[in-house]
Amino acid sequence: MSRAETSPEAADAAPTEPVDAAEVRRAVRQLLATHDPTTTARIDFLRAQFDAGLAWVHYPVGLGGLGAPRALQSLVTAELAAAGAPDNDPRRIGIGLGMAAPTILHYGTEEQQRRLLRPLWTGEEVWCQLFSEPGAGSDLAALGTRAVYVPAPGGDRDTLADGARAGEWIVDGQKVWTSQAHLARWAILIARTDPDLPKHRGITYFICDMTDPGVEVRPLRQLTGEAEFNEVFLTGVRIPDDRRLGAVGEGWRVAQTTLMNERVAIGGGSVPREHGMIGVAARAWRDHPELRTHDLHQRLLRLWVEAEAARYAGQRLGQQLAVGQPGPEGSAMKLAFARLNQEISGLEVELMGEAGLAYDDWTMRRPDLVDFTAREAGYRYLRARGNSIEGGTSEILLNIVAERVLGLPPEPRADKDAAWKDLPR
Amino acid sequence: MTHTDPAPTPLRPAAPSNAPDLLYREHEEDLRSAVRALLADRLPTGAVLAHIDAGRAYDAGLWRVLATDLGLAGLLVPDALGGQGAGAREAAVVLEELGRAVAPVPYLTSAVIATEALLACAGVSNGAASHGSAAVPGPPADAAPPTVTQPAGRAEEADAVVATELLAALATGERIGVLAVPLSTAPGTAHPTAVRADTAAVRADARATLTGEVTSVADALAAAVLLVPARGPAGAGLYAVDTGAAISPGLRLEPTTALDPTRPLARVGLDGAPARRVAGPVAAGAAIDRALRAGAGLLASEQLGLAEWCLAETVRHTGERHQFGRPVGSFQALKHRMARIWLDLVSTRAAARAAADALAAGAPDTPVAVAVAQAHAARVAVHAAQECVQLHGGIGMTWEHPAHLYLKRAKSDEIALGTPGRHQEALADLVDLPAPPA
Repeated sequence: MSRAETSPEAADAAPTEPVDAAEVRRAVRQLLATHDPTTTARIDFLRAQFDAGLAWVHYPVGLGGLGAPRALQSLVTAELAAAGAPDNDPRRIGIGLGMAAPTILHYGTEEQQRRLLRPLWTGEEVWCQLFSEPGAGSDLAALGTRAVYVPAPGGDRDTLADGARAGEWIVDGQKVWTSQAHLARWAILIARTDPDLPKHRGITYFICDMTDPGVEVRPLRQLTGEAEFNEVFLTGVRIPDDRRLGAVGEGWRVAQTTLMNERVAIGGGSVPREHGMIGVAARAWRDHPELRTHDLHQRLLRLWVEAEAARYAGQRLGQQLAVGQPGPEGSAMKLAFARLNQEISGLEVELMGEAGLAYDDWTMRRPDLVDFTAREAGYRYLRARGNSIEGGTSEILLNIVAERVLGLPPEPRADKDAAWKDLPR
Repeated sequence: MTHTDPAPTPLRPAAPSNAPDLLYREHEEDLRSAVRALLADRLPTGAVLAHIDAGRAYDAGLWRVLATDLGLAGLLVPDALGGQGAGAREAAVVLEELGRAVAPVPYLTSAVIATEALLACAGVSNGAASHGSAAVPGPPADAAPPTVTQPAGRAEEADAVVATELLAALATGERIGVLAVPLSTAPGTAHPTAVRADTAAVRADARATLTGEVTSVADALAAAVLLVPARGPAGAGLYAVDTGAAISPGLRLEPTTALDPTRPLARVGLDGAPARRVAGPVAAGAAIDRALRAGAGLLASEQLGLAEWCLAETVRHTGERHQFGRPVGSFQALKHRMARIWLDLVSTRAAARAAADALAAGAPDTPVAVAVAQAHAARVAVHAAQECVQLHGGIGMTWEHPAHLYLKRAKSDEIALGTPGRHQEALADLVDLPAPPA
């Protein structure tokens, strides 16, 4: 599964004068002329790349971009790679790039954007996402982490220029399934600010400082043995009002921008044939003629066909995004990859026969990234079970496709107009 | 309708030479709109059913507008040979719309399969139509070596002349041509045929008479010319037989009752039927194979269109039909089934585009792209059609509702030009996933 380098943010400010490829190439040459990638320290080069507007060319000038068409980023990536320039390790900072950045760009104040986007992009500050809770998974809007406003001494008439107030929010609650929390400097956080309103309407979106003494991060061990994720306990965490993103009570709408970008960041782009799980299974098939059976052969070929069709679909999605025609296909990619990963990894364990009875390592580790290919078949099989749960369960995504793409009527809902505090929990 | 290259979209980055273009270009969307508008006008609800009930072999009026007025029969044929000089990508879009309407016209059989066979016989390389005229076959740098038949002698020259003449007639839609093999024949398979070619003393015009029979030939009853693979003393060949009774006393066409009434089948009986050779032993196999591969690859687009109709109609129906005081489409069990079909369509659309793009470019990867598209699209279309019948409930089982036409077309298409399993087995060799020893 490939992650797009940045999220396709439809709400970019339209450039007043379209920047063309020649201009972007000029900027790349200028950057390389002033910062030789072979002699410049990695972090210095990345900062310079951001300052040159070549971090994400479709972002505004001054925020790492040139206000250029998004499609021109691939040109930058290719030219810099050819010159031996370092990259910002996009997979390690995927949450920042794919979710936090587009949300900050869309809803953040100028001050927030200037302070946060540069170190986010260079990787100096890692981001995590404090959304899910033990009692609010699929039903995220039912979340119960509370944020209570405490006015500044002397009251709140001292509204700051950008609409923020001088007071602060005190946050208490628990979040779960937080990747990178143990490495993160910042988190995007949604919390309940008004329990008397229906669940969607009493939520506010914040930027949480993960170094606050009230933040406690504990590893969450999963069925593979390792701990990719964390539980995060928030106890009296203080968030100044100027770290609010969007208006009070508008948090759900802000979060939609984040989640839309999460799903769209998955799967778009070009990968080579037999990339990922199907390649692993195909190699196992080629390497072990003694394990082949006719039944497995038929099933493998069928999965190969489906994986190849899904690869074309990912390629097509990438092409749609490149020409500025994002469609709902992103959720299709996520659903397809989940199912294929599960079926292919299951087939692989079965193919391995006796070796499939073994497991490589149950040690609790904290991997930086999920690397399906570095482990054995049993790990792949177990980890893939999560593909249809994380980032929206397949059942929820199918509902979203049915209701938002196909326009089918929604399920009758008992909780729509009730105050959050009156919902059964 | 003349094909012209659209102005390049400034936003589109130059696609790397190995990446297929999987989007629809502007002129392709225009083409789609034109075909869709025509079909909406000529085939209103119930028209296909009425047509079948009347027992006609095909909709001649619709064919005339589609093939001649819009010029769509000649999409795959270079300008210099009387065609439109477009390519497989455009033909795929036409097939999507024809599939969406289960239109009873011989487009796949005549404008794609028979036309591709004749292009090969005339020495036009794969994908040449969209790259320039046949006179200068200039395949793109990344294309496969062109399969230009080097006329090895006067007989081959004569073959090319006959093929070129037939091609022009097919390209204008003035005549309908059909490759006389069973509809179930897959590309890359041997063509065992009972037809025997009694090649008379070899003369420059390569006249021959044919004896034997071919079963399950799609659209044969609509055809003015049959392209018959035959074996004779000189080896395999491909022969053109005119179907006019006056011309072919030794030809019998007997309709077979087909599972898919919108694509009629017939048994072709030959008893000393006069024919003209269009390909000799060197070229015939390659021509037939190329024709079937193009057919199989573009059939995926027809299957995409029909599956899209099935989903759209099912969504519409379940949104309107009420039971238990709710639209039945609000029940999650049904919603998820429809959402899954939509997911299948996303990958099918991409795979069908990949096959069309590979065929248009004459890409080396074409056999893989075609096998993937056909194996995948066939299953998706059958599933979508079956779900369409089920989710319509009782009405889906009636003769009056069109769902059955889509089910019959989808199930028949699954067998046409090779079953999904057949294409998967072809992949085993193409991508090195060998079967275990028997």
